[in-house]
Amino acid sequence: MVKVLVPSGALGLGYDPVALKRGIAANPDLIAIDGGSTDSGPFYLGEGVSKYARASTKKEWAGLIVARQAAGVPLVIGTAGTCGAGRAVDWLVDITDEILRETGTSARVAVLKSDQSARHLKASLAQGHITPLQPAPDISEALLDACSNIVALAGAEQINAALDTGADIVIAGRTTDTAIIAALPLARGCHAGAAWHGAKIGECGALCATNPQSGVIMLEFDAEGFTVTPLADGAYASPHTVSAHMLYENSDPFLLYEPGGHLDVTDARYTALDERRVRVEGSRWVPSDRYTVKLEGARIAGYQTILMALIRDPRYVAASDHWCADVSEKCSQKVSDRLALAPDAFHIELRQIGKNATLGALETAIGDPVELGILAIITADTQDIAVEIGKLLNPYLLHHPLTSGEEQPSFAFPFSPPEIDRGPLWEFCLNHVLTLQDPMDGFDLQVLELGLD
Amino acid sequence: MTDRVSDIVQKVRSKNAGPFWVTLDLFCGSAPAFERITRGLSDEKIASLLGLESGALKRFELPDLHVLKFSAPRPAVQGIREDRDMHGAGWAVLIAELEID
Repeated sequence: MVKVLVPSGALGLGYDPVALKRGIAANPDLIAIDGGSTDSGPFYLGEGVSKYARASTKKEWAGLIVARQAAGVPLVIGTAGTCGAGRAVDWLVDITDEILRETGTSARVAVLKSDQSARHLKASLAQGHITPLQPAPDISEALLDACSNIVALAGAEQINAALDTGADIVIAGRTTDTAIIAALPLARGCHAGAAWHGAKIGECGALCATNPQSGVIMLEFDAEGFTVTPLADGAYASPHTVSAHMLYENSDPFLLYEPGGHLDVTDARYTALDERRVRVEGSRWVPSDRYTVKLEGARIAGYQTILMALIRDPRYVAASDHWCADVSEKCSQKVSDRLALAPDAFHIELRQIGKNATLGALETAIGDPVELGILAIITADTQDIAVEIGKLLNPYLLHHPLTSGEEQPSFAFPFSPPEIDRGPLWEFCLNHVLTLQDPMDGFDLQVLELGLD
Repeated sequence: MTDRVSDIVQKVRSKNAGPFWVTLDLFCGSAPAFERITRGLSDEKIASLLGLESGALKRFELPDLHVLKFSAPRPAVQGIREDRDMHGAGWAVLIAELEID
């Protein structure tokens, strides 16, 4: 049997320290936690930075390092620093070294990097080793060159290679959410379907149970299935909460594709062992012919400047569609005149907050707002051009009248200056898989001695 | 008689399923609610509300969980200029406010 302790759905979200202690007392074989996701958008991969505050990350990671020392088992984090790019991995390695020094200890740390070089990927593309998923942007050598960071999602094989170094701590770049949990049970010969299914159920911590914010759960894997046990007071897993977790952030609730195959839970059976624990058997792992890893890449698609104006005058609120269209048209004309830009070289959008900002043309509810926020979003090829367009837009947002005859109106600006540079507009531009001959191809594994010498 | 979806189900949730997909889960809470929701929400109805071709939708009926699930490629990939909703949260409200027979 292999026991994996999962402290929470992501490092930075917090965990229940009492439940963590309970988990350590139950003698886990491994502590595994996810460090990221694409869910917060392309900026993090683009820049190679973390979403969470360094202070939160350090405090929570320090708690897990102490727990690891008490348990005497490896601690593994996947997708370190939100995006799992090399720069974010290095950030967590630095934090780890700092924690170890401050606590007067040391540790053997395996660092697995998932970064892929454009040069290697261009060769793989030419050899037909990169295959699009559905839906995928068009891929080309130029696209690969345009990405600031490209990562491949490591699977269980790469995590096991890191664990095989005998490391106390594994800090991994981009991995699948499940690989860090499934790896050890697979290496120890547990049921493969159960290893991946349990990993999927457990990857968000206690989200598969009641009291989801408590975080901490234990997964026990064996030759036939797995058992999930939430560890916080007031947290209960039931067949319903566990099976429902297959729906979460998953486009298909029965299938999950991983490097080297896929999980099929169509025939899984969920049984309540008692009021807290659920037993699952019957999940299947279906190996694939090829070993593939998914690629993620981010590139800059432009630069943005935003402005916000607030409209409170009822006449203007009532006529906001007309007013916004008129401002956009007149300002676009001015941009063409003053900056000699072609119409497709810039984009001005006035988004009406309080009317249909969330859903745009899909909005079905017609409200009667007392005021509207006009969020102007300018996109251009450079930041300098974007802010210059912002300055051309500024007088319209402040004073543009509904009709030419009326007295000049003024609208509320919350800031001076109203132009706010948002920096690059990042976009995810790969939804492809890369076929590897050997799972370690393209992954870099180093072992470091961190902390006190 | 018509009712809002939100008056029939326990919860409607929409989330990204990776940057290129969005997924919508309707937790009906009981067999009768599940029956009514699966009958009342055709692929065509959901697709037209979300501005998609109905062929683009994947539909899953999970009677044991009383859950109806739809997944679709995001009309705007997460985070691009045209995307208004980084986490795909807004679709849930649109569906919850829909009236069905």
